[in-house]
Amino acid sequence: MPGLEHYLILSALLFCIGLTGAIIKRNAVVILMCIEIMLAGVNVAMVAFSRFITPLQLGGQLFTIFIIIVAAAEVAIGLAIILALYRKRQTVDTEKTDFLKW
Amino acid sequence: MMSNIPEIVFWLIPGLPLAAFGIVFLGLRILRLKSGFAALLSVSATAASFGLSLWTGISMLSAPGTSSLDGFNWFSSGNAITVDIGLLINPLTAIMLVVVSTVSLLVQIYSIGYMRGDNALNRYFSFISLFTFAMLFMVMSNNLLVMFMAWELVGLCSYLLIGFWFHRPKAASAAKKAFFVTRIGDFGFLAAILILFSSTGTFSIEGIHQAAASGIVSSAAITWAALGIFFGAMGKSAQFPLHTWLPDAMEGPTPVSALIHAATMVAAGVFLVARMFPLFEYSETALSTVAIVGGITALLAATIALVMWDIKKVLAYSTISQLGYMMLGIGLGGPGVALFHLFTHAFFKALLFMGAGSVNHSTGTLDMRNMGGLARYMPWTCITFVIGALSLSGIWPLAGFFSKEEILAAALEGQPVLFAIALLTVFITAFYMFRAVFTTFGGSYRGRSKPHESSAAMLLPMLVMAVLAVCAGWLNATGAIDSLLGDGTKHAWTTGIFGVFTHSLTWISLLMAAAGIFLAWAIYVKRWFSAERISSRFALPYFFFINKYWFDEIYNIIIGNKLLNKGIFSFFEKLDERIIDGAVNGIARLTSSTGSFVRRAQNGRLQTYLLFFAAGLAILVLMMVIIS
Amino acid sequence: MGMHIAFWVLSLLAVAAAVGVIWQKNLFRAVLFLVLCFFAIAGIFVTLSADFLAAAQLIINVGAVAILMIMSIMLTREITSGSPSNILGLPALAVTGILAAAIIMVSSSTSWLLSPSSPVESTTGALATILFNNEGFIFLIQLAALLVLVTIIGAIVLLKEEK
Repeated sequence: MPGLEHYLILSALLFCIGLTGAIIKRNAVVILMCIEIMLAGVNVAMVAFSRFITPLQLGGQLFTIFIIIVAAAEVAIGLAIILALYRKRQTVDTEKTDFLKW
Repeated sequence: MMSNIPEIVFWLIPGLPLAAFGIVFLGLRILRLKSGFAALLSVSATAASFGLSLWTGISMLSAPGTSSLDGFNWFSSGNAITVDIGLLINPLTAIMLVVVSTVSLLVQIYSIGYMRGDNALNRYFSFISLFTFAMLFMVMSNNLLVMFMAWELVGLCSYLLIGFWFHRPKAASAAKKAFFVTRIGDFGFLAAILILFSSTGTFSIEGIHQAAASGIVSSAAITWAALGIFFGAMGKSAQFPLHTWLPDAMEGPTPVSALIHAATMVAAGVFLVARMFPLFEYSETALSTVAIVGGITALLAATIALVMWDIKKVLAYSTISQLGYMMLGIGLGGPGVALFHLFTHAFFKALLFMGAGSVNHSTGTLDMRNMGGLARYMPWTCITFVIGALSLSGIWPLAGFFSKEEILAAALEGQPVLFAIALLTVFITAFYMFRAVFTTFGGSYRGRSKPHESSAAMLLPMLVMAVLAVCAGWLNATGAIDSLLGDGTKHAWTTGIFGVFTHSLTWISLLMAAAGIFLAWAIYVKRWFSAERISSRFALPYFFFINKYWFDEIYNIIIGNKLLNKGIFSFFEKLDERIIDGAVNGIARLTSSTGSFVRRAQNGRLQTYLLFFAAGLAILVLMMVIIS
Repeated sequence: MGMHIAFWVLSLLAVAAAVGVIWQKNLFRAVLFLVLCFFAIAGIFVTLSADFLAAAQLIINVGAVAILMIMSIMLTREITSGSPSNILGLPALAVTGILAAAIIMVSSSTSWLLSPSSPVESTTGALATILFNNEGFIFLIQLAALLVLVTIIGAIVLLKEEK
């Protein structure tokens, strides 16, 4: 049986890969995908904690359920925003959508 | 003493004009009072004040004494400094109260006629009320610091009223000049207050007098304090060499000139010296300085008045000269002598200014060359003006005669040179006054507009003033005022209205005055001599007089140009440009360059922000790792 | 031993698929990598004896989220321009590398308070009890339902055709 550390390391790797992608990718849909990876990494940590520290209470698993719900909602809204943006500006490239500039 | 007057009366005397000021001033914008109502309010407040002052004065005459009202604590700092707003009622105060409230009341009534049709009447009456309050409060205050405050308030009102027609550039700059020049004197007054406080530990006037009498204050401190107080008095009372503001102050409305720049505020300097006279008694230097400055001012201003053509300027220089007279009197004969002259002078000089205002109202000019023959058109003005002129010239039995006699007598006892100056001034005064009378009212009319007699609102106060200008002197015929002001010396001259003729000095001074009047008559009515020929004969003195001894020019060049413009101002200009602006600009440049560098981080791309966010997170986690 | 093999295979698969999502230039293949990553994570959940979560992961993430992604990729027609990166690559790698190193260091150096008891088998019933009983999470689960409703409405409003 692999230990808690292994799962935590896996979680950290997934989170950081997702973060890297969210920073460097130019396509908004890919950014959303990367955020999903980050959330999945967090989920792994949650479930691992639940399994190894409180195996009978299931608290971590409950957290994970809520994270999945919120993530699904976030994806739905995020994609809606991306589509709205695409309708307005015919692009989802973040390099071209810098109208938050000073 | 004076237990028959309740305390509240004393508080009401300055309080009523203050209330009137408050209501009228608020009325300027908020209540939008009718100007007639504003005038009524301010006149009735002053009238009530006048009645209470008269009550105080009369009971003071019957039972002289001093009462000090503690009032209330204004502020205190630790145990060292406590400043109370309290009142000090003594004979000196009572006399000043009567003078100020009488003149103020009459001038306000006069103003109703004079200022009719002006579109800022509410402002005018609010300022006049404020002035009346400040003057009365200054006279009554028992505390030097509070007195100084009221003193400055009086100066502020003077500034506001000189510049009442502020849209005229000359009036605005005259107001500024008056303010600045009197400020120079006030600096001396403030310094004196600080000297007195540091050596006696109190601001209370009575406390300072006691400390000076008990000898705990060093004589040097007393001398410097007395000189400082006198310097303040010089500024307010327009004494040489700070006299230059008063002639310019004539740009204000004439009633203001009558009230502030003839009767009350300019006399405040004399009052101040009289109030602090116990200090001067211990300093021979200060006392003789007062006398000498007074003498110089009296002669200097009188000579300038000889050649002025503007009737108000003549009166202004005459005022300066008479104030010099009072200073001379206070320096040589004590406060009683000076205050008596202040008392009579207030009435006849205010009367003369009212007359000048009346003339100005009907002819529309102040230049005497455009007047003449007005006696036919405005007889009442002429009669009252002549009474005022006679009183000022010192003709028996008018008020000016008695007070002038006392000063002359004091000078004769004290200092022969100053006595000679005073006597010469009597002659010059009589001459220039009747020069003004004859060119204004005698001969034929030289102006364009048709002159007419003034309205009753103006004539009535003038008539009352004329009565006062005749009678005010009789009050002291038996030495009542001298004994009130209590330095004990009752002059031999004060021996009844007819008793004066037993002294040769009376005859001499009457002769001088009569000679002056006669000379004026000879030149300006009979034209036995031509004025032009006399002035060309005495070209050098005439040149000096007509240019007012170049005081303004000298001040402009030395103080204005050399000291201020080239020296202090340009120094501060450079300081401002190089260091202050430099610092400000430097900070601004630093900020903007930092900003333009940092703003690159704000490129509008969310992912850059996300990177910074992640970096922050990484740093935080790293810190946690390092700490643990 | 079987657990070890399963964990290592699944975790390598998950990490590789995650890298693939970023690495892949082709958008469609990137989504497929994402699906693969989700599958591997579901497997990881199984090794953690979270059977309900594994099922939920498959149904929601693979079944709904990934499909939504594919649809939006097609709708935005960005598939031709691929999935380029911006210039922040190196700094991002540095930052996330440091972050990962720090987290790994912390999680491996901490002495966790491990519980010796064996986990609940068949978590579905247990989770349902906790979620839906009165002292538990019933209120939160209703809140979550509300959130999903709001999301639906929000998406509709955002994409409503403007005149």
